[in-house]
Amino acid sequence: MISFILARVLQSFVVMLCVAAISFSLFTYVGDPIANLVGIQSSDEKREELRESLGLNDAVPVQFARFVSRAVRMEFGISYQQKRKVSSIIAERLPATLELSILSALLALGIGIPAGIYTALHRESWFSHLVLSGSLIGVSLPTFLIGILLIFVFSVQFHLLPSFGRGEVVQLGFWSTGLLTESGLKALIMPAITLALFQMTLIMRLVRSEMLEVLRTDYIKFARARGLSNRTVHFGYALMNTLVPVITITGLQLGSIIAFAIITETVFQWPGVGLMFIQAINEVDIPVMSTYLLLIASFFVIINLTVDLLYYFVDPRLRVGRDVKT
Amino acid sequence: MNKIIKLTGALAVAAGLTAAVSAQAETFRFSFQGDVASMDPYALAENFSNAFHSNIHEPLVRYDENLQLEPSLAVSWKLENPTTWRFTLREGVKFHNGNTFDADDVVFSIKRAQADGADMGSFVGGIADVKEVDARTVDIVTTEVNPILLNTIAPLVMMDKQWAEANGAAEPVDLNNNKENYSTLHANGTGPFKLVSREPGVKTVLTLNKDWWDMGNQSFNVTDVILTPIGSDATRTAALLSGELDLMFPAPVQDVKRINDSGVAMVLQGPELRTIFLGMDQERDELLYSSVKGKNPLKDQRVRQAFYQAIDIEAIKSKVMRGASTPAGLLLAPKLGGFNEALNGRHAYDVAASKKLLSDAGYPDGFDLQLDCPNNRYVNDEQICQAVAGMLARVGVNVNLLAQPKSKFFAKLKVHDISMYLLGWIPDDQDAGSVIAHLMVPPADGGLAWNGGGYGNARVTELSRMITSETDAKKRQSMIDEAFGLVKADVGYIPLHQQALSWAVRNGVTVAQRADNALQFWYINIK
Repeated sequence: MISFILARVLQSFVVMLCVAAISFSLFTYVGDPIANLVGIQSSDEKREELRESLGLNDAVPVQFARFVSRAVRMEFGISYQQKRKVSSIIAERLPATLELSILSALLALGIGIPAGIYTALHRESWFSHLVLSGSLIGVSLPTFLIGILLIFVFSVQFHLLPSFGRGEVVQLGFWSTGLLTESGLKALIMPAITLALFQMTLIMRLVRSEMLEVLRTDYIKFARARGLSNRTVHFGYALMNTLVPVITITGLQLGSIIAFAIITETVFQWPGVGLMFIQAINEVDIPVMSTYLLLIASFFVIINLTVDLLYYFVDPRLRVGRDVKT
Repeated sequence: MNKIIKLTGALAVAAGLTAAVSAQAETFRFSFQGDVASMDPYALAENFSNAFHSNIHEPLVRYDENLQLEPSLAVSWKLENPTTWRFTLREGVKFHNGNTFDADDVVFSIKRAQADGADMGSFVGGIADVKEVDARTVDIVTTEVNPILLNTIAPLVMMDKQWAEANGAAEPVDLNNNKENYSTLHANGTGPFKLVSREPGVKTVLTLNKDWWDMGNQSFNVTDVILTPIGSDATRTAALLSGELDLMFPAPVQDVKRINDSGVAMVLQGPELRTIFLGMDQERDELLYSSVKGKNPLKDQRVRQAFYQAIDIEAIKSKVMRGASTPAGLLLAPKLGGFNEALNGRHAYDVAASKKLLSDAGYPDGFDLQLDCPNNRYVNDEQICQAVAGMLARVGVNVNLLAQPKSKFFAKLKVHDISMYLLGWIPDDQDAGSVIAHLMVPPADGGLAWNGGGYGNARVTELSRMITSETDAKKRQSMIDEAFGLVKADVGYIPLHQQALSWAVRNGVTVAQRADNALQFWYINIK
C-alpha cells in the first residue's frame, strides 16, 4: 500500500514537471509581456532594461530551470500585472473557485446519481423521458450560452439573482466564503448550476447505463429469485456495482470542473483563479500563468491519487488481488 | 475579516458624513472591462488607470470637463526663464491621512515618478530637476524649452512623501526582488475620494473625502464608489440592464441599440481622442510578406494614395462601427492641442482614381501584401481590417490579414516586422507635437520605434524639432499645420477614424463625458 502511494507520488512529480515544461514552452508564443508592462510611449531603452532585468532575454530552458528551482522553494514570483506575490493572489482567489467547483460537483452528484437510478429503474415512465430529453440540453448547449441565458432570465428580466460577482464575502482566517451571507448564496446559484449542468447530465447518463447493464446480469436475477427486497437488490447490489466507473469519471470531472470553471467564471465575473488566468493570458503575465497551470496539474494529480485509493474501498476484487499477492 | 471591518467602518463613517454634506448616501457602482493596474499611481501609464487615480490623487494642473487646463494643487505658475517653471502651491491642502501637502511632496513625487519601476517616463522624462524654493513654491526645470509642460505633467498626480516613506513605498515596486510594495494596495492622496478597500481584479471601493479643498465649487452627490471590472461584454451589459450598475464602459458596439431600447439605460457617445489609422512600410527596399519581389511598392506615393482612395470610410463607419466613429483626415483628434479643422478633410473615396494610380505606378493588376492587425485592442479592430482587406481587393490588391492579440501584434510592430498595419494613437500630453515626434520622424533621424513603417520627410523632421521648443503659439500652430499638410500630401499614413467613446449609463445618473474617456466622480449626480 505504502509503496503503491509512493510510486504514484513519484509519478505525479514527473507529470507536474512535464506540465510545467510544456506550459513554459508555450509562453514564448503568447506575446511580449513588456508591451503590457509599460505604457505605449515608454522609451525603448526602458523596455530593453526591463526585459533584461526580468531575464526575458535568456533562452527558454534557462528561464524554465529558474522557474522550477524557484517553484521548488515555493517562490512563484511577482505578478507582472498586479505587482503582487503570485502566491498571495492565488490564495485570495482560490476559495472562490473551490467553493463554486465543490458546490457544482455536489449538485451534479446529488441530482445526477438519483436521476440516473430513477431513469434506469423506471425506463418507461413519462418523467424519465422528460428528464432524459431535458438532459440533452445540458450536453448540447455550450456553458457560456447557458450562463448568458440564465443571466438574461433571472437577472435582466426578473431581477432575482445578481449577474456578476460573489456578493458579500466573510473572511474566516485565510478563507473568504460567500456561503454565510444572503447575497453570497444568491450569487452562487447561477454559476453553480451553469458549471454543474454538463457534469450532472454526464453522471446521470453514466449511472443509468451502468445500472441497466448490471440489472441484466445473472447475479441480480438470482438475488431476485432469492426473494430479496427490491430495495436491497437495487441499492445493495446493483448500485454498488455501478459505482467504480462513476467514481473514476466523477474524480476526473472534479478536476476538470476546477480547471474549466474558467468559462463560467468569465461569464459571471466570478473572482476565482480561472478568471485570474484569463486576465493573465490577456496581459501575458507569465508568473501567474505558470503558477496557475502548475496548480491545476497538482489538483489533477491529487484527485487521481484519491480516486485510485477509493477503488480500493469500493471494489473488493482489488483488495482480494492484494491479499493474493502478499 | 480585516477588509470587512475596514469596509463597514468606512461605510459607517461615510454615512455619518453624508448626513452633514447632502441628504443621503449615493453609491455609484460602475464597471470597466479591465481593472486599474495598481493603486500606485505611477505603476502604469495607461488611460483608465491614470483617470481612476485622478479621483484619489491630484496633479498640479488638471483638465476640466472640456479638456481645458485649470489650476489644481498649483494655484499659479510662471516661466522664470525658458526652461524653469515656478509653481505656487495651494494653501491648506491636506492628504487623506491629515498630512499637509507642500513643496517637498511635489519634489518627492516627481523624483519617484522618474525612478526605475515607475512608468511615468512620458510625463516626467523631460524634467531635469525639481527644486523646493519654499514650502509653497516649487521650480521645475526642463531639459529643453517645453511650451507644453503643463499638458505634459497634467496626468502626473502627487503622492505624500511622509506616508510613502513611513510605509516603505518611497520607491515604486521592483518586479525582481519578490517583495510587495505597500502602495500596490493602498493610497493616500489629496483628491475628492479616498480608498476604502482594494481587491485587485475583483472590487475597489472609494468614499468621499469631505475635506476636499474644491468641495465648495463642485456640485455632485456621489458619496461612495464601487468599481467592479467585468471582462465579458454580455455580462457587463446584463449587469447594467438588471440595475446592478450605474455606469459601464465601453458599451459593446453590438449592444448599443439594445441598451438604448431597454428604457432603463442609455449609451452616451462622443468622439474619443484616439485616432485609428493604417501605417505602411516605407523604409524597406523589398516589401515583406508580399508578391512583389526586389522592390517596395509602398515607397511610391501613388500606391499609398491609391490605397487611401480605395477605402470607403463611410462604409466602415456605418457597417463596422454602426455609426460609432468619426472619420478622420488627421492623425489628431478634434479637441487635442494643434488640431485644425481645415486640414481634417480626407482624400476622396474613388475606386476609379485608385485603380488609375495603381496602374500609373506599374501595378495595373495589383499585388499581394500582408496586413497586421490587433484583435483585442481597439473597438472592432479586426473587423475594420477585414473591411479594409475587402476594399483593397476591389482595386486588385490582395490582402492577407493577420489579426493577433495585442501582445503579439505590438511585439511585431516594435521591430517593424510589418508591411502594413492598423494602429491607434492618443498623445499622452494631448498635443500634436508628440504625434509628429512619435509617428512622423523616421528612426534613422532620431524618430521612435512607433513609426512602424519608417515614414519620413526631411522637412517634417525639421519641423518636429522646431515644434518641440517653439513657445509662440501662433508660430507653433503654423508649423504643426505645415507638418500635417506634408504628411497628408505624402500619404505617410491613412487615417481612418476616431472610435466613439461609449458609456452606458443608467437612467437617473448624470455624468460629464470627457473626450479623453476619463471618468471623474465629481462630475456625477445620481437621482
